[in-house]
Amino acid sequence: MENAKKKFNWRRLGISAIVLYIVFLIGPIAGLDIPAIVETVKANPIQLVQYLIIGISNGAIIAIIALGYTMVYGIIELINFAHGDVYMIGVFTSLTVLSLTGTLESKDPTKIVLGLVLALIVSIVVCAVLNASIERLAYKRLRNAPRLAPLISAIGMSFIIENIGLIWAAQAWLVPSFGTTGGASQKVFPDMLGILFTSLGWNVNLLATSGLPLRFTIKDLLVIILAVALMVGLYLFVQRTRLGKAMRATAQNRDAAKMLGIDIDWVITATFLIGGGLAGAAGLMAGLYNGTAWWFMGFRAGLQSFTAAVLGGIGNITGAMLGGFLIGLLASFSDGYLNARWTNAWVFATLVLILLFRPSGLLGENTGQKA
Amino acid sequence: MNKRLLALLSVLVIASMALAACGTPAATEAPATDATEAPATDATEAPASVESMGVLKIVSSLPMTGSSLTQTQTIVNAMQLRLEQVDYKVCGGSYDIEYEAWDDASAALGQWDPAVETENANKAAADPSIIAYLGTFNSGAAKLSIPILNQAGPLAMISPANTNPGLTKADKDLPGVTDSYYPTGVRSYARVVAADDIQGKVAANFVKSLGATTVYILDDQQLYGKGVADVFEATAAEIGLTVVGHEGIDPKAADYKALMTKISTSNNGAAPDAIYVGMVVDSNAAQLLKDKVAILGDNETVKFVGPDGIQTQAFIDGAGADAAAGAYASVAGVPFAELPATGQQFVADYEAKYGPLTEPYSVYGYETMSVAIRAIEDVCAAGGDPTDRAAINSAVFAIQNFDGALGNWSFDANGDTSLTDMTFYVVKDGAYEAVGTFK
Repeated sequence: MENAKKKFNWRRLGISAIVLYIVFLIGPIAGLDIPAIVETVKANPIQLVQYLIIGISNGAIIAIIALGYTMVYGIIELINFAHGDVYMIGVFTSLTVLSLTGTLESKDPTKIVLGLVLALIVSIVVCAVLNASIERLAYKRLRNAPRLAPLISAIGMSFIIENIGLIWAAQAWLVPSFGTTGGASQKVFPDMLGILFTSLGWNVNLLATSGLPLRFTIKDLLVIILAVALMVGLYLFVQRTRLGKAMRATAQNRDAAKMLGIDIDWVITATFLIGGGLAGAAGLMAGLYNGTAWWFMGFRAGLQSFTAAVLGGIGNITGAMLGGFLIGLLASFSDGYLNARWTNAWVFATLVLILLFRPSGLLGENTGQKA
Repeated sequence: MNKRLLALLSVLVIASMALAACGTPAATEAPATDATEAPATDATEAPASVESMGVLKIVSSLPMTGSSLTQTQTIVNAMQLRLEQVDYKVCGGSYDIEYEAWDDASAALGQWDPAVETENANKAAADPSIIAYLGTFNSGAAKLSIPILNQAGPLAMISPANTNPGLTKADKDLPGVTDSYYPTGVRSYARVVAADDIQGKVAANFVKSLGATTVYILDDQQLYGKGVADVFEATAAEIGLTVVGHEGIDPKAADYKALMTKISTSNNGAAPDAIYVGMVVDSNAAQLLKDKVAILGDNETVKFVGPDGIQTQAFIDGAGADAAAGAYASVAGVPFAELPATGQQFVADYEAKYGPLTEPYSVYGYETMSVAIRAIEDVCAAGGDPTDRAAINSAVFAIQNFDGALGNWSFDANGDTSLTDMTFYVVKDGAYEAVGTFK
């Protein structure tokens, strides 16, 4: 026992040394100049609030995508690498719906609202079906194969979907603003919420009347409201419904759940449907929020969301939300107070630290919530 | 079971390959030459006339997966157009030319990929029928392939688009770096475009002439982007333009709102007069501009100026005509309307075959192929062997008073062009429009 205690201390020492090294030696290179940051915050405290707003809005989108990762991992212990790309398809689907319904050219508030609602529904349905089809096509047969096989298959699906996005972005007959420059370049996702608000005669910035130099736009508000609503809805679904219960049972022990008469295939399909639907909703939100549709956007979004899921404790729904918001905030503060060049380094360094201290993630112990 | 798994995996692999092929431009699949197999030509060679001496292969290595495709596709088209003009034959018909457009980008990166570019260079070095390597588009890619090709003959490398000064000229901050690119001591890399020691300097003067006194510099941390931004910064200090900050960005970030919020108070609580971006369109330049307009206001309030990497329609398509309106970009050379007769003819021919042409680099692609053809012809005319890489390379460097589509110019000993014109363009009604030419 004494031996074990000694070993434990060594480990703590090693970890502390790594932390000190990162903070005091690498930190200053990466812009971690604490007195200067304190000065900046003191000089302009309002800006801190602005970074919070940006961080939370970005985090909301990451969190929703992270839910898809974490649910799938919870059920079949597979990292669905194609998930970020399903989200990208969501962006293109909603943009195409907005274009085909004539919403993009419209200035009529009712039409814009109807168009956006339709785009949200279609995007959720398309992404849900796509995600479930990916499972049927690429993962189902590999369910009992070594873990590496479905992972490679997932990466393959990711490339296939990226190429679909590449072809889609070249179809100017669907969306005229795609132009003639081919599918590889970034495309505009028009700011429909801004147009809607202007047509109603309201200010896009909800804090304009407060006189503070802050921007809290309708886009930020909608992204946050939608994200929280989807997360709470999902949480209640998993906790309260029959299917949610079946999902939790499958997550705990697939064979036992099967013996109790749970239709495992349907539960897994349902998980992929829900995860895909969330990615579809995130797609419309991200398109409206950042104004870009790009075949490559799913890759980075997927990486960040995956990190968020791991940070919160993979398989844990609340953890994924927390991880998403934390990463959004961290990136925003790093851009604002440190150096934009090092933002990714800070995000992933934090992940490394969390995993060193709590390998199961922030909320990873609470397996009861695993879905 | 294992067999079924294998079958499924192979189907997936084939499907992804097929889709990847659809996603890449048509030109890479169509080298547009009848001599598809070199061995076949060798076989028919023996009984044929003494004049037919074989196939010379020219390859280009440009990023054709990613936003730069808008620019590189026109370069490839222009190169093919030049070859069609000589009917893919040189030295009075004794040699056939075969051209292949290689892609140095990967889907995984969405832009040029160091691994792919290195592989391309090694592949070219290993194929003795290749006598010229046209590329690259990105300076960072050139840095990798120059030393490989330099030790392969040397195999002449001619770039239509690299502008980083350090590739050919010794940098005062990093002396000796340039020499390490040329292990054999013989120069084997030339470019038809003026370098960024000119572009960055002209850009700083241009920003000052717009009435700006303060500027914030952003770059994409690549050899090209950071290089031109550094020259801009150095010149700004000399001409009394205050640089408020210089930062590298993450070229794959979803948005830059937090960064723009920081810039909005970086000039003693106010926004700077201008933002200079050293980057290519692949580095998320359109997103950067969108967030800049959202936070800092339109391009009239805070000027947005960039180098040739963003002078492409893809940049405007990505940012939207409204957000992009008023953004400036510079490109070496003169606008199409001011090109000499050969250049005018090229634009007319190009538009007749491929439709409207706005991408400024197309004419550089044409000029690069012209240089390669001229070098081969020169070797033949001097009685040399055009399959000899070293002979072709010396012929490239010997080119003086070349009467091309860009004008009359010469290569110096470093392989740099004598042309130093720089044209600024501004986005107006969703397209770039020339505002003036500077030196």
